Amino acid sequence: MSKKIVATTSLAGCFGCHMSLLDIDERILDLIELVEFNKSPIDDIKTFTKQCDIGIIEGGCCNSENVHVLKDFRKNCKILISVGECAIMGGLPAMRNNNASITECLEEAYLNCVSVQANEEKIIPNDEELPMILDKVYPCHEIVKIDYFLPGCAPRADLIWNALVALVTGNEMDLPYEVIKFD
Amino acid sequence: MNKIKIRINDIVCRGEKGQTVLEIAKDNGIYIPTLCNYEGIKPQGSCRICTCMIGGRMMTACTTPALDGMDIVTNSDELEKFRATIVELLFAEGNHFCPTCERSGNCELQALGYRYKMMVPQFPYSFAAKDIDADNPKIMIDHNRCILCKRCIRRKKEKDNPNWFVFKKRGAKVQINIDHELTADFTDKLAQQAMDTCPVGAIIRKEKGFDVPIGERKYDKNPIGSDIEGLKE
Amino acid sequence: MGESKSQKSVEVNAENFSECCSCSCKNIKTILAKYGSDRVRLMDILIDIQTNVGCISKESVKEIAENLNISKVDVEQTLSFYHFFSEKPTGKYAIYLNDSAVANMMGRSDIAKALEEEVGCKFGSVTEDCQIGLFDTACIGMNDQEPSAIINQRVFTNLTKEKVKLIVNGIKNNFDVNDIQIEGYCQATHKLITSNVCSNIKKEGPILTKDMKVGDALKKVILMDPNDVIELVKQSNLRGRGGAGFPTGMKWQFCRAFKDEKHYIFCNADEGEPGTFKDRVILTERPELLFEGMAIAGYSIGSDEGILYLRYEYKYLQNYLEDVLSTLREQNLLGKDIGGKAGLNFDIRIQFGGGAYVCGEESALIESAEGKRGEPRDRPPFPVEKGYLQKPTVVNNVETLCAVTKIIHQGPKWYRSLGTLDSTGSKVMSISGDCDNPGIYEIEWGFTVNDILEMVGAKDVQAVQVGGPSGSCIASNEFKRKLAYEDLATGGSMIIIGKHRDLIKDIVMNFTDFFIEESCGSCVPCRAMTVQFKNKLEKIYRGNGVQEDIDQMLEWGKVMKMNRCGLGHTAANPILTTLKNFRELYTAKLQKTDYVSEFNLEEAVQESCAAAGRIPNLGGDHE
Repeated sequence: MSKKIVATTSLAGCFGCHMSLLDIDERILDLIELVEFNKSPIDDIKTFTKQCDIGIIEGGCCNSENVHVLKDFRKNCKILISVGECAIMGGLPAMRNNNASITECLEEAYLNCVSVQANEEKIIPNDEELPMILDKVYPCHEIVKIDYFLPGCAPRADLIWNALVALVTGNEMDLPYEVIKFD
Repeated sequence: MNKIKIRINDIVCRGEKGQTVLEIAKDNGIYIPTLCNYEGIKPQGSCRICTCMIGGRMMTACTTPALDGMDIVTNSDELEKFRATIVELLFAEGNHFCPTCERSGNCELQALGYRYKMMVPQFPYSFAAKDIDADNPKIMIDHNRCILCKRCIRRKKEKDNPNWFVFKKRGAKVQINIDHELTADFTDKLAQQAMDTCPVGAIIRKEKGFDVPIGERKYDKNPIGSDIEGLKE
Repeated sequence: MGESKSQKSVEVNAENFSECCSCSCKNIKTILAKYGSDRVRLMDILIDIQTNVGCISKESVKEIAENLNISKVDVEQTLSFYHFFSEKPTGKYAIYLNDSAVANMMGRSDIAKALEEEVGCKFGSVTEDCQIGLFDTACIGMNDQEPSAIINQRVFTNLTKEKVKLIVNGIKNNFDVNDIQIEGYCQATHKLITSNVCSNIKKEGPILTKDMKVGDALKKVILMDPNDVIELVKQSNLRGRGGAGFPTGMKWQFCRAFKDEKHYIFCNADEGEPGTFKDRVILTERPELLFEGMAIAGYSIGSDEGILYLRYEYKYLQNYLEDVLSTLREQNLLGKDIGGKAGLNFDIRIQFGGGAYVCGEESALIESAEGKRGEPRDRPPFPVEKGYLQKPTVVNNVETLCAVTKIIHQGPKWYRSLGTLDSTGSKVMSISGDCDNPGIYEIEWGFTVNDILEMVGAKDVQAVQVGGPSGSCIASNEFKRKLAYEDLATGGSMIIIGKHRDLIKDIVMNFTDFFIEESCGSCVPCRAMTVQFKNKLEKIYRGNGVQEDIDQMLEWGKVMKMNRCGLGHTAANPILTTLKNFRELYTAKLQKTDYVSEFNLEEAVQESCAAAGRIPNLGGDHE
């Protein structure tokens, strides 16, 4: 059996989900027997070098760069998995969605906040190289089709492990009570 | 004779006249999920999660008095699917950021999400603009997390005292409203009671929280309802 | 939250604010005294204040709360439930323009535009001088003469741009609304009715035909044993005309059987179902028939108090109906020792609602009459056991009670000879929409939809909405069906939708908005699912739907059956019945793929780029 090829990324996330993936401990040795990593911070491959089987998405989309990467993943992966609360429903970054407009958020962060001290020219970062901020933080499945969802903040290592094993082996996924958590 | 017999999921259950279907089910080790129900306060079937087939009709178990010979189904695939849908609706309607919430792990809504293995979002999240009311010195009300179950409204200090929690507006705009004057001298005990009455993290005591470590909270290891179902064994 | 007093609100000019709202303090004591500082009469108190000064201020709320010995939030919870009560000023002249589907079909948007231009403010706001407010409102029961609006309780029908000019001109000259003269309106039936509303009775049947003397039926009844009266009603097979069709005699029998010191009879005249206006016409043209029916019902169940729960939209009928009631009292048909029978007392009072469709549900109606939010109760217990003030209560529809009077007068056998075997008697139908002769048609049960379409002059019919938004939207293949409880049941209205209409947008979306607005908010599926339905509907309408969206809506529809009351059960009917009968309208808009994203990068980055002062660079990212 040829190895499944896996890519991972963290969009508007905190890399906690990636940490959780590493939390599978010694099973990581089993994992690399089962899969080969392509574009991923785990092996530091920056661009897709081949078509992948599984794309693991951490984080929602808060800027144009996130959207670009997510669409790139959709193009290059057969299966996409939203991993963690941020990818699934925006998570903590999305707490800005319901309370303030993006203008208010930017003004608070760069102009008005008590800790702003050195911005005498009152500039909200506008360099062409910077990604553009979206009006709100979007769950990934509102931007591209997502095939599977693994909740948690971060998802328990066992949940990620069980899901990957199920996908690779084609067996039904084991879902004991303790692994489905939203925090 | 005050004893009655009813059939729940083809099991003969005994109870007393005057008990609700929900109460008899519970006494007989059958768990019917609830959210708006709270032991000791008058039921008002508003969350609809305890809806069962009672005598062939959909009725809420928390409000329906049990009658001798009733035939009840609590756990058909269809009912369980409907319940899961309601749980998900509530998650999408409010702004439930579980990772930041003090009630996470002890939250009844979240626990039902776990019980129903809520993983695939079918409703878009509303991200509705909702306030936090922190005017009271002892508690704060986070409307983002409120599921409008009315438990706080129905649990009063004494029978005839004026309402201090009420509903305001109607439809999708409905929200809990608190009388700040009447609750200005809230004691710690009443504040704790208000928080305990809330199934989610919408009523939170100030200056206190996160006192149970992750892993030891109520629903970390055992699903909601497992205490009732445990009675059977 | 805490708004400082010096702050100017957008809608209200601070200078005039006091003028608009201060009198709430002047009159409030008189109003509270009028209702004996009774908590149960909170609706009347709020209505009087709102009608007097156009809003119910924080100060008023405080005073009411202190006087009734309830909390301020308790007053607010009732106040905020009803559409016509407002915490903010609504202006000296509050204009409520109907926003129902038929109003829109009849050109409502032009009238709205004209109003905004003439008045000088947008809908949902008040002019700066606090004189005129413009507001939307759900169906006001004038579907046969739309577009229509209510201004300070007076109804203005068949609005045109010219009429709008005349009306606003009158208002700007500080005329009392009742003094604004507009030519070409039909004559009101009674001098105490100042609104020029046409009754439009196009076909009279057994109920509407004037063939008996007022009081004859009641005089016959009081010589009988109440149980025998109930037996007569049972023999007639009369079923409730509100829509649910519960046998009337049986309801009375149940109520009578619950022994208590007091029983109540309610007439449900909260005709809120969009498209229905029969009660308006019966109340205008045959009120004696109704009041006599209430007295008969009262005698039968052992009640000495009847309450007519009348929707706020029909407040223009108040003086007239009060006058009819006093005449009946003078004739000794109401009041003490009725018909000369010592100790037989029965009287009727009118309880107004505050604008809430859900109050048409009998237990919500009772809650509202008790001065509370109109939230339906859990059942059991049913109102016949524990209703108004926890006493046994019968709630009957206007038409039902009118039928009772005729049944007593002419006998159950006569009544059974009308209609079909299972649906005896007649049905007063409100017909509106795309037809030549909208109005009231009293037909015997058993008429087909086709019969009616022909009668009212309807051509090129795409669909017929039977029984309002909570009923069903049917296509021509069902026009052969008979109106009857056993076939096509209806509370009494048909909206005819022509082939030129956009059914999803003009009808389904309007009705869905209506249910979102009118949900009491108690049950989760009714409160939250209706919003999900609307979002999904809009997604499909935008052309971004996929097959899965339709499958989901069908599944969601089943969950609506979990709601407590009829409103909740039927709130998705506009979508579900059109999905069933007009599926092709939906599928035509679907994309043939399994996923469509509505995300638009260009729109999503617009605001942040503007805030930062940079030009969006959509180059490589944009697809």
